[in-house]
Amino acid sequence: MAVDAHPGTARPSDAIVDVLIIGAGASGAAVAWSLADTRMKILCLEQGDWIRPTDFPSNGRDWEARRYADFDISPNRRARDTDYPVNDDNSLMKIANFNGVGGGTVLYTAHYPRMHPSDFRVRSLDGVADDWPIDYWTLEPYFAENDRMTGVAGLAGDPAYPPHQPTLPAVPLGRTGTLYARAANKLGWHWWPSDIAVATSEVDGRAKCINLGHCTPGCAQGAKASVDITYWPAALRAGVELRTRCRVREITTDDRGMASGVVYYDANGVERFQPAEMVILAANGIGTPRLLLNSASTRFPNGLANSSGLVGRNLMLHPWPIVSGYVADELDGGRAPITSLWSKQFYETDASRDFVRGYTLQFGRGTGPATEAITSAASGRLPWGRDHHRVYRGLLNHRVAIGVACEDLPEAHNRVTLDPVLKDSHGIPAPRIDYTLSDNTRRMMEHGIASAEEILTAAGAKNLSASRTVLNSPGHLLGTARMGTDPARSVVNEWGRCHDVKNLFIVDGSIWVTSGGVNPTSTIQALALYIADRIKQRLATLFD
Amino acid sequence: MTDDPASDLTPIERRDLRRLAAFMVPASADYGVPGADDAMIFGDIVRSLGRDAGDVRATLALLREAAGGDFADLDEAQAETAAMALLGREGPAIEALGRAVLQCYYRDDRVMRALGLEPRSPFPKGHALDPGDWSLLDAVRGRPRMWRDVDGGTA
Repeated sequence: MAVDAHPGTARPSDAIVDVLIIGAGASGAAVAWSLADTRMKILCLEQGDWIRPTDFPSNGRDWEARRYADFDISPNRRARDTDYPVNDDNSLMKIANFNGVGGGTVLYTAHYPRMHPSDFRVRSLDGVADDWPIDYWTLEPYFAENDRMTGVAGLAGDPAYPPHQPTLPAVPLGRTGTLYARAANKLGWHWWPSDIAVATSEVDGRAKCINLGHCTPGCAQGAKASVDITYWPAALRAGVELRTRCRVREITTDDRGMASGVVYYDANGVERFQPAEMVILAANGIGTPRLLLNSASTRFPNGLANSSGLVGRNLMLHPWPIVSGYVADELDGGRAPITSLWSKQFYETDASRDFVRGYTLQFGRGTGPATEAITSAASGRLPWGRDHHRVYRGLLNHRVAIGVACEDLPEAHNRVTLDPVLKDSHGIPAPRIDYTLSDNTRRMMEHGIASAEEILTAAGAKNLSASRTVLNSPGHLLGTARMGTDPARSVVNEWGRCHDVKNLFIVDGSIWVTSGGVNPTSTIQALALYIADRIKQRLATLFD
Repeated sequence: MTDDPASDLTPIERRDLRRLAAFMVPASADYGVPGADDAMIFGDIVRSLGRDAGDVRATLALLREAAGGDFADLDEAQAETAAMALLGREGPAIEALGRAVLQCYYRDDRVMRALGLEPRSPFPKGHALDPGDWSLLDAVRGRPRMWRDVDGGTA
């Protein structure tokens, strides 16, 4: 690494790279791997660490407690020195993420559905929001390629899902899945094994799932396909350089208005300059607008790539009520992946309902012993005192819970801005979130809650409860630098290049136009692979 | 384990918390389990307060206020009344207290065995999962297409 002084500054400067990727999560890993075959010099800067298999909670007896500590999904609660704080006080939904190699895939459930074809044509089909500038079928080859790189368990033939071929066998139904299946059949509703990024058989040297419990806080077995063990090893073998504990403060521009590199803090806290021919942002729907807004300059006074004023706006978070109940039969508890079945019964718009768009029902397993006690005590189900033990024995391994994955539509007032006070450990302004639920979303949520209650009742569940005000936060951070063909109404074009800065690309969930009613990782990665391909096809004229 | 914040609690706070823990999750001969005030469990609780230490101390201050002094010195009836009044409150601090106690109680070897669970970490042994009844899917297979085909994908 060169340590020449960057002209005009006292900070050390590194050797120039062809491609600089910011963020080593789902999209950063995919774009790094795909671009590696160009033989360009590619560098990725990641503010977090590598997480070793022995670091994960399931190695220890405190595996449940650590979900509320160093493996909490909230950066504010987790508060590792590699995290940045988020002011989400003015949002009903709290922000979830993970900062490290693998990004959010380290702490995701590995539920891995694709968006549907109709999700890309929201305006044309349903008269709301906007159509995407690309369609499902353009992305389909990249979905398939991503599935091969990831290893996706599932089952072909779902009548409610576009044709595809999962690469691995479906997760076993278990007792809980069998219960849901019977209930859905009783109602005549759709259900199907969901696509899930878990190795149900050995794949690419990764051992098969042995049911360590819920996948969310990381997988000690390596069966969950987080990108630190899928894309990154392949990208590193192909020559990509990945530097950890490097936190980018701002993207710099030259006198032509082109991105010239980034200023970042290295692992020792030293402020450095990294020059680059091209910069790719892969920092998620919160981190990316934060960085663009923090990169304001005389030439770009409202933030970089923000002539449209849309950087940070149209934030979508997927409101996600959870409806729980308890059955008489003993179930699997939390001893396997949390969800491996879905119902698309209410996914597509139905004109007879009082809302447009739709949702997925995700059928969940129960929880571990401590989590059952903690959540039930907090909700008032589990008493303190003499009756505690009797009640608890009717809860543990008897829980059923359905998540309602609602599509929230883009609204300009739902946004990411820079907090005027809050800063991270390097003094960089932190993001502030303002987010409210629309009437359409509230009606969709109520419909979803009622549907979940209906199926739980059909399953024989009692003691039902639904979250309405304390919503599950899935960490789906979308829409804050959306794509489109009109520079006045979008931040990036139809292949991820910023309209305002022609050597600056965005590949994460920021570029989503609408959110669908599915977990976004599969589509985020397919988009990243698609953009990488478009970059490779245009190398000679990329910045024209 | 999480950080050791034992020094955050004063001796009086430790005494009050231990007595409160006994009301929260009492020992039970019927179920063959110790209480949350058991020496080993309580030691784990105090060592593991971590991010919840501030909230736990705040709830103990409320408890002292309700008790009019040392909670640990109240007679049994007074103490139970004060404890249940505190635990009947809602809010993040009370939730933190519950989490601090329960996350340790429900990993104790004796409690796990009483529940019929193996006292171990999930890794490396894992768990078995029943295959389930896949014939149930026959009711869904072959249904008409439910997803909306647009842009001519399968036309």
